[in-house]
Amino acid sequence: MQAELLCILIPLLPLLGFVANGLGFRRVPASLVGPLAVAGPVLSFLAVLSLFSNFRAGGNQPFKALLFDWISVADLHINFSFQIDQLSLIMLLVVTGVGSLIHLYSIGYMKHDEGYGKFMAFLNLFLFFMLLLVMGSNYVIMFIGWEGVGLCSYLLIGFWNTNTSYNNAARKAFVMNRIGDLGFLLGIFLIFTTFGSVEYSDVFASATGMTIGDKTVLAITLLLFVGAMGKSAQIPLYTWLPDAMAGPTPVSALIHAATMVTAGIYMVVRSNVLYTLSPLTLEIMGGIAMATALLAASIGLLQNDIKKVLAYSTVSQLGYMFLGLSVAAYTGGMFHVLTHAFFKALLFLGAGSVIHAMSDEQDIRNMGGLRKYLPITFWTFLIGTIAISGIPPFAGFFSKDEILAHVWEHNKVLWALGVLGSAMTSFYMFRLLFLTFFGEFRGTAEQKHHLHESPLTMTLPLMVLAVLSVVGGLLNVPHALGGHSALAEFMAPLYAGSQQVNPAAFGGHTMGASEELMLMGISAGVALLSAIVAYVMYVRNAAVPAPDSAERSLPAKVVYNKYYIDEFYEVLIVRPVRALGDGLYSVGEFVVDGVVGAVAWLVRTVSGQLRLVQNGSIGSYVFAMVLSLALIIALRFFINWTSVLGYLNI
Amino acid sequence: MLTLALIFFPAVAATVTLLLNGDSAKRFALGAALLEFLLAAYVISQFIATPEFQFGFDVPWINVLGIRFSGGIDGISILLVLLTGLLVPLIVLSAFGQNYNRSATFYALILYMQAALMGVFTARDAFLFYLFFEAALIPVYFLAALWGGANRIPVTFKFFIYTIFGSLLMLVALVYLYYQTPGLHSSAIADFYKLNLTPAAQGWVFWAFFIAFAIKMPVFPFHTWQPDTYVESPTPATMLLAGIMLKMGVYGLIRFILPIVPAGLDTWGMMAAVLSVIGIVYGSVIAIRQRDMKRLIAYSSFAHVGLMAAGVFSQTTYGVQGALIQMLAHGINVVGLFFVAELIFDRAKTRQLDQLGGITRTTPKLTVLFMILMLGSVALPLTNGFVGEFLLLKGVFDYNNYLGALAGLTIILGAVYMLRMFQKTMFGKPSNNTQSFADLSTSELWVLVPLVFFVFWMGLYPASFLKLTEPAVTNLLRYIK
Repeated sequence: MQAELLCILIPLLPLLGFVANGLGFRRVPASLVGPLAVAGPVLSFLAVLSLFSNFRAGGNQPFKALLFDWISVADLHINFSFQIDQLSLIMLLVVTGVGSLIHLYSIGYMKHDEGYGKFMAFLNLFLFFMLLLVMGSNYVIMFIGWEGVGLCSYLLIGFWNTNTSYNNAARKAFVMNRIGDLGFLLGIFLIFTTFGSVEYSDVFASATGMTIGDKTVLAITLLLFVGAMGKSAQIPLYTWLPDAMAGPTPVSALIHAATMVTAGIYMVVRSNVLYTLSPLTLEIMGGIAMATALLAASIGLLQNDIKKVLAYSTVSQLGYMFLGLSVAAYTGGMFHVLTHAFFKALLFLGAGSVIHAMSDEQDIRNMGGLRKYLPITFWTFLIGTIAISGIPPFAGFFSKDEILAHVWEHNKVLWALGVLGSAMTSFYMFRLLFLTFFGEFRGTAEQKHHLHESPLTMTLPLMVLAVLSVVGGLLNVPHALGGHSALAEFMAPLYAGSQQVNPAAFGGHTMGASEELMLMGISAGVALLSAIVAYVMYVRNAAVPAPDSAERSLPAKVVYNKYYIDEFYEVLIVRPVRALGDGLYSVGEFVVDGVVGAVAWLVRTVSGQLRLVQNGSIGSYVFAMVLSLALIIALRFFINWTSVLGYLNI
Repeated sequence: MLTLALIFFPAVAATVTLLLNGDSAKRFALGAALLEFLLAAYVISQFIATPEFQFGFDVPWINVLGIRFSGGIDGISILLVLLTGLLVPLIVLSAFGQNYNRSATFYALILYMQAALMGVFTARDAFLFYLFFEAALIPVYFLAALWGGANRIPVTFKFFIYTIFGSLLMLVALVYLYYQTPGLHSSAIADFYKLNLTPAAQGWVFWAFFIAFAIKMPVFPFHTWQPDTYVESPTPATMLLAGIMLKMGVYGLIRFILPIVPAGLDTWGMMAAVLSVIGIVYGSVIAIRQRDMKRLIAYSSFAHVGLMAAGVFSQTTYGVQGALIQMLAHGINVVGLFFVAELIFDRAKTRQLDQLGGITRTTPKLTVLFMILMLGSVALPLTNGFVGEFLLLKGVFDYNNYLGALAGLTIILGAVYMLRMFQKTMFGKPSNNTQSFADLSTSELWVLVPLVFFVFWMGLYPASFLKLTEPAVTNLLRYIK
């Protein structure tokens, strides 16, 4: 009973915060907005902790909390209910934990904004939907959260809504996500048609009876993955995420790095039985993931906007997570979700602290030497950079390494590409770090005058996240390094079904400890080397990236312009749809109108002819009938009116 | 008997309204509409979820022809009774901001319209249905023709021609069915259900009904009367047309086509479903490029109703249940959206999107309520639009996977045009027309708040509504082998 209450409270508390700050916008005093907004997530976090300890104490028994019957039609029953198990608990910890820190940070970051209360309310609402997403016990509840977080993402990207390009970015995010959502929705329909239920427990139980390579499961998993492409920004639906940086920086940290964008990974891990049943889907996923990771990382190499670099980095890291999933390293993928939540939230919040100090400047070409002025931000950012680059013993090393080790067993070429991406990651991150914090300050005198370290509400979350970025990897230290893969052990029951249907995919580590150590050495060495190259370029030689107007070689120009993907979509999709809309409106409507009119005329004329031919049998009868009956009804209606009333009085 | 009260009370009230003048007419009309709502609410609260008709009346009417004056409320009608009862007072109230001349006539026509609509949704005799179906056209025609925009005369004429043409087809079908009934003939709809028509005959009847109802909704390609009529009509009439009247078409499909001509549906249903789905995409793509708010909403309505029709043609419980709940949801959302367009026009003196913008700066209340209605319209989960759209798409998907996927484009395209409209009106920098834009007045709030309340109620706990309709739908679908 108590656990059920906790389940209800966890999403409800942030929702209450949303209602309070939302309805009370401009009425709640500014000093109260922050506490109201932070209370929900923090209390939720405590509730999650309590739930977690209950769960551990109860022998890791998953359970469901049924709230009510939401939609019931014919044999379709969608319960509004929550499922608590290893996977939802991990996500709950991240969402409420990192979420609380970012709410706290937002107080410092947004306090002076005109829409402060509204902002905090939206963050709370986001948390509510995100919690539904990870707690739901069936695909439709997940879909509620899935679309709900999309709404909040839209509201927050376009938060400064007088700026048209921000609004366009918000709209783009929503629409691109909706493309994915259609796939997700069709996937849900197909799941119901196939399994007769949308409830995870029913679906996965019947899925274990299916054979590997089943066509329907292939379709289901591909459709669901289309949803993941939208939400988790994979090729071809990733271009909204860099644009989403228009939102205030805490939003980028919470929604577009730590939580929402990892929903796709959560969904695949949740559905691991289905994915394990469909190796072809996994192959496709692997290809897309690898391509996304490399494409985004390469774009990141040349970006000069501090947030854009981080955005492309996020896209790239999400690619790594899917890469892990594609070789059935489900724990590896989730592990990277966890560590990425720590260090990427840290990096974004650090970037926010920089932007805050630089009077809203985001171009790293105008920064430099900030470590003197922002010591806490610098040190924490440095930790985040090391962590994401995969340099031991920080968090990113362990999670990325686990993914790459599994990829190695699966496909050596993919592994090499993964290491290449990892080299790029390390390079663009250290480039970012060096250009921002090292060398001489390159901004205006006025900016220099205003430079200041951020207040404690902002630096405290940085410090906490920095600690997590350092030690986060310890959650799942591999056996080769003397650990005992605690996370993998914890999550193992989630894959029971998968192991049953396709034991081969879970062959376990066939490689020896020395081989694993060698792989680790290579990836860590490559990362370190990239960092050194970046050091030589941007610190030793003090290079500053060329201004936008500079001449660039063709390859550099293509990468600098993000491979012209947005332009490509514009020409291939946006403009044709617009042209179609214009064409249908101006010509199509006219034609339809004309054709319908002409057909009506034709029918009248031809039927007239026919009537003559058939000596007026059916047509005229019907017509006479119609007329006479209409007349009778009309007459009777009026004549008998009083008698009708008379009947009624009886 | 309560059904009869639901039909006649607005008619009587309308007649009284005619005798009053100016403000008192307007207030009386509102009072009457509210009473009618209370009556409808009472009826719904007393409704027992069975397939049976309830609160009925049944008296001989035209004895020689075996036509009876009979009606009642079953699960197919109930949500439409709610819709009509709920929306009319709000539509009346929404008109308060405008000073329509000859206002007594204006409000009386709205109430006459309500009477006719209640009649359509509760008639159990085919000819009584036809009578109300035609009668409903008259008040709204006059509303459009007398209070409409500059271009109203040709536009309303086209509207009239289209609907009359459709009605005649339906009448032919009804008369035909009437003559097929055994013995002394009967025009009870329930007796039509028992007919055993040849497949060929079913085909003809199917098309007659389909075109009649397709014009009313409208379904592609019978829709070209609609955008102009919606734009040119005074907004209360637009609300009546889009909010309630088009549901007569969807209702007709469910009430007549499904049970009477299942074989016709077998043969031609796919074609009708394809036309409906074409309408979804066609209307949405056009809506994306519209500059006039009202025209944009008109095309969106056209797209949405296409999905309802496709859902019905899917002949699944999901599709029909979805259509029933979506009729209510769509009515609520579209009336809200047209009202927002109206009040923006009222203040900014334009509905052109490129001349609007930045309204949100001064209007927190409008922003929130408009956004919720917009989200309902794009079927965000936990709003009313989602439940219907989910069930409809599920129905169409079960009927044919590819058609379902195509129909599903509505969730993408709907987001495109709705978010565009919202952004161009509410966000960005204020234009000259929106510099000083007043937030909602109290009476405007009273129009939008009840609508938004229903957006959430239906979205959060749709069971309240689905439970009412389910037994009747299940029963109806038994006629389809």
